[in-house]
Amino acid sequence: MSGEASKVIDQTTLWEGGRSPFSVSYGKMMMWFFLISDALSFGGLLASLGFMKLKYADVWPSSELIFTHLPGTHGHFPLIYVALMTFILIVSSVTMVLAVEAGHRMDRKGVTLWLALTVVGGLFFVGSQAWEWMTYIAGPDGDISTWADNATLSGHYYGEGFSADNPVPGVPQYAQFFFFVTGFHGTHVFSGVVINFIILLNVLKGKYEKVGHYEMVEKVGLYWHFVDLVWVFVFTFYYLI
Amino acid sequence: MERDDIIEYSLDTHHSEEEGKKIRKKIIFVTVLLTVVTAVEVGLGIWASGMDGIKWEMVKWSFIIMTLVKAGYIVMVFMHLGDERKSLRYFILAPYALFILYLLFILVSEANVLFGIRELLRLS
Repeated sequence: MSGEASKVIDQTTLWEGGRSPFSVSYGKMMMWFFLISDALSFGGLLASLGFMKLKYADVWPSSELIFTHLPGTHGHFPLIYVALMTFILIVSSVTMVLAVEAGHRMDRKGVTLWLALTVVGGLFFVGSQAWEWMTYIAGPDGDISTWADNATLSGHYYGEGFSADNPVPGVPQYAQFFFFVTGFHGTHVFSGVVINFIILLNVLKGKYEKVGHYEMVEKVGLYWHFVDLVWVFVFTFYYLI
Repeated sequence: MERDDIIEYSLDTHHSEEEGKKIRKKIIFVTVLLTVVTAVEVGLGIWASGMDGIKWEMVKWSFIIMTLVKAGYIVMVFMHLGDERKSLRYFILAPYALFILYLLFILVSEANVLFGIRELLRLS
């Protein structure tokens, strides 16, 4: 690729030439620092999820028996909705990387289009998550106003239809981790959408045209891809395993 | 006020139309790959529902491997870490891998011990 990083620079200039030995700008390096610390938070969360799963291995419910709903239907569709959410996030990650690529060509129209699509994809994801939370809280009767009567939140019975005759044993930690992990991730998605939107406004105003490069799109792109990356892990370790 | 975002490194991140085409091709390849792997994961997840024992262990490990493949492509291609200098790549990945593997080792062994204690209490 044509970025600065792939250029050949001789060692003496690199390490003693008064420039970054990593050949990246200050802002980009600080974004990576932030992402490492954020990745450690998510890593800690998912590792503790694994801890609970192994400790309660005999009673931990399986997610494909719980997340079986699709909007507008009453059928049994295990994991399909989550797969759809994953797909939406992957696609919005792709539009983001296309926006970065357009930025490298100083193609303002391209950046605007792809960044706008990224914002739309992010909003779709946050909306899907709201629906999933609602369905989960509403429980077996699907009525959110009577949520207090279902066992979902107390966490002792799970399973198809959540009925007491056909229970899958559960532990409260299942719901606690569901809300904490997906909630923490959802907050990241939401703030990512807001940040992308602000950068989109700057692109429309022509700010980066004036500066001479679209590196800011690259930096928010790093954050957005990170959010996608985290979801890949949440999807596997919460829903699949 | 001097602006710190206008610096030599950023001014250099431009590429031509032809290079752009090549990069877009790579992006499309990774997109298809991520979608296919996700579809396989979901299919496997539905098919393996209710499985246990050694079979489930194998499915579980294939999930983990597929996830790591997906993560690798996202970090290396989408986040362009594969195009950065080697020094930057290692100083991002190595400490992280070290800490997380250490944490996983502690938590997994603790969890297995606690699971054993729960079993003992139930049997007694």
